[in-house]
Amino acid sequence: MMLIPCPHCGPRAHVEFTYARTLDAVLPLDATPDEAARILFERENPRGPSKELWRHTHGCGSWLRLTRHTATHEISETVPWPPSPPGHGAWPS
Amino acid sequence: MKRFSALALLRAGLDGQTRWPRHWRDPEPARRYDIVVIGGGGHGLATAYYLARVHGVKSVAVLEKAWIGGGNTGRNTTIVRSNYRQPQLQRLLEFSLKTWETLGDELNFNLMFSQRGVLFLGHSDADMVSLAERGDSLRCAGIDAELMSRDEVARLAPCLEVSRDARHPIVGGLIQKRGGTARHDAVAWGFARAADALGVDVIQNCEVTGFAMTGGRVTGVKTSRGEIGADRVGICVAGASGVVAGLAGLKLPIESHLLQAFVSEPVKPMLDTVILSQSIHAYVSQSDKGEMVVGGDPDHYPTYSQRGSPHRIEEVAAQAIALIPALSRLRMLRCWAGTTDMSFDGSPIIAPTPVDGLYLNGGWCYGGFKATPGSGRLYAHLLATGASHEIAAPFSLDRFARGATIDEAGAGPAPQAR
Ligand SMILES: Cc1cc2nc3c(=O)[nH]c(=O)nc-3n(C[C@H](O)[C@H](O)[C@H](O)COP(=O)(O)OP(=O)(O)OC[C@H]3O[C@@H](n4cnc5c(N)ncnc54)[C@H](O)[C@@H]3O)c2cc1C
Ligand SMILES: [Zn+2]
Repeated sequence: MMLIPCPHCGPRAHVEFTYARTLDAVLPLDATPDEAARILFERENPRGPSKELWRHTHGCGSWLRLTRHTATHEISETVPWPPSPPGHGAWPS
Repeated sequence: MKRFSALALLRAGLDGQTRWPRHWRDPEPARRYDIVVIGGGGHGLATAYYLARVHGVKSVAVLEKAWIGGGNTGRNTTIVRSNYRQPQLQRLLEFSLKTWETLGDELNFNLMFSQRGVLFLGHSDADMVSLAERGDSLRCAGIDAELMSRDEVARLAPCLEVSRDARHPIVGGLIQKRGGTARHDAVAWGFARAADALGVDVIQNCEVTGFAMTGGRVTGVKTSRGEIGADRVGICVAGASGVVAGLAGLKLPIESHLLQAFVSEPVKPMLDTVILSQSIHAYVSQSDKGEMVVGGDPDHYPTYSQRGSPHRIEEVAAQAIALIPALSRLRMLRCWAGTTDMSFDGSPIIAPTPVDGLYLNGGWCYGGFKATPGSGRLYAHLLATGASHEIAAPFSLDRFARGATIDEAGAGPAPQAR
């Protein structure tokens, strides 16, 4: 079980969070079809540090960006997401 | 290769079973092969066997970074069935199931393939409607499926909790009687032994660390035991698909997640079919040793750790106990996890890659054991001829960009939603 440091709530049990996607999988709404196919369907899937978006679903509800090692589960960075809220700060779904 | 038979066993019994020879060689890697298969799991070994037996390819090696069958082949819960909904998957898995039915004789190896039936439980009228639909579609495709009433389910598996006020009331079920289980290790060993006898080099402790390329074409592999040349290279590494394909600069529609399972202490026979469910996520069977084998959902985030979280075990155990209350009295012996290559439509990929000479068999998610012989047959066809077999053709790598995904769960490119 991982302990994930929420930027707002501090370290909380992994079960309070849900994994959403890797950072490179965020699809801009104006992507061309080729870009969209690449963003939707091509993954580095690294065995090592990976930038991921998670949500503190069963806590404060915020989104966060983690840098997490996919083999050791070591979390080297957590930052609020989006970094500076555009508009009302809701994360584009 | 010394053949197994009742007489051979009896004879060997006279001198205490001490004179059995090695069942496959431990060869040094040669400088080159016609075809190199990366990954000594069931799929890789089956591929090599069919390359030699069906396609007469003489020079084949399987390269395994550790020991054969130590990956998901040795970690899965051994369920074999073909009762899927998507027609492409029905064709693929029924092809495989038919192969299972005669495989033990063909390999002269006891795979303990047991067609004890695979029963999907329905817990509501809505569940029964989707089970009935699934059954109709299967029978149209010539695959066996029988709808069962609650009483029939209770007679088949008396250990199930069928009372009306159960946590997960049972309304009925859908059974595939030709489904069942097989001994997972034996599948790796049986294919390895038969492939070896046909001249395939099964090379363990040989990790692929890179590809040799000339003019954009793969000409061999770099390994922990030196460079090995090959005309064609087939990736077949399950959970490591992304890492190995990455060595050739490829990015796949795959994320590696983990799936756990656990077994109890062995008990007398109490369940002689496989129990799955239309709407809850625990599934249960009993191994021939008597252990109760229990599995559930993946852990739902990318990981190569092969180490699961206890909360999933707790959730799966709670559901399993609700289905079979007697399980609450059993001690669990072991739990483990395997890295599963979760593809972005939940279906496998058996296809050429954009790199010349390099092929991919992967993306089997948490359900590839049942496909082992069929996948081996179809991948061997691809590697030997360079063209996809008609059954494998829909499982191409470009189906995602073309919008031709084969999505049994309708979940889209989100492995954590499967
Ligand atoms: C807990 C669990 C339960 C499951 N239950 C079922 C089930 O009930 N029914 C079902 O049909 N499926 C099930 N599956 C899925 C099934 O186990 C897999 O889809 C299937 O085993 C994949 O087979 P394989 O032979 O390709 O993989 P593996 O046996 O994992 O073989 C891949 C091999 O590649 C090797 N390898 C990796 N990288 C390299 C490298 N760089 N160089 C050389 N070798 C390398 C690995 O060491 C490994 O031995 C389950 C999986 C898990 C984890
Ligand atoms: Zn929080």
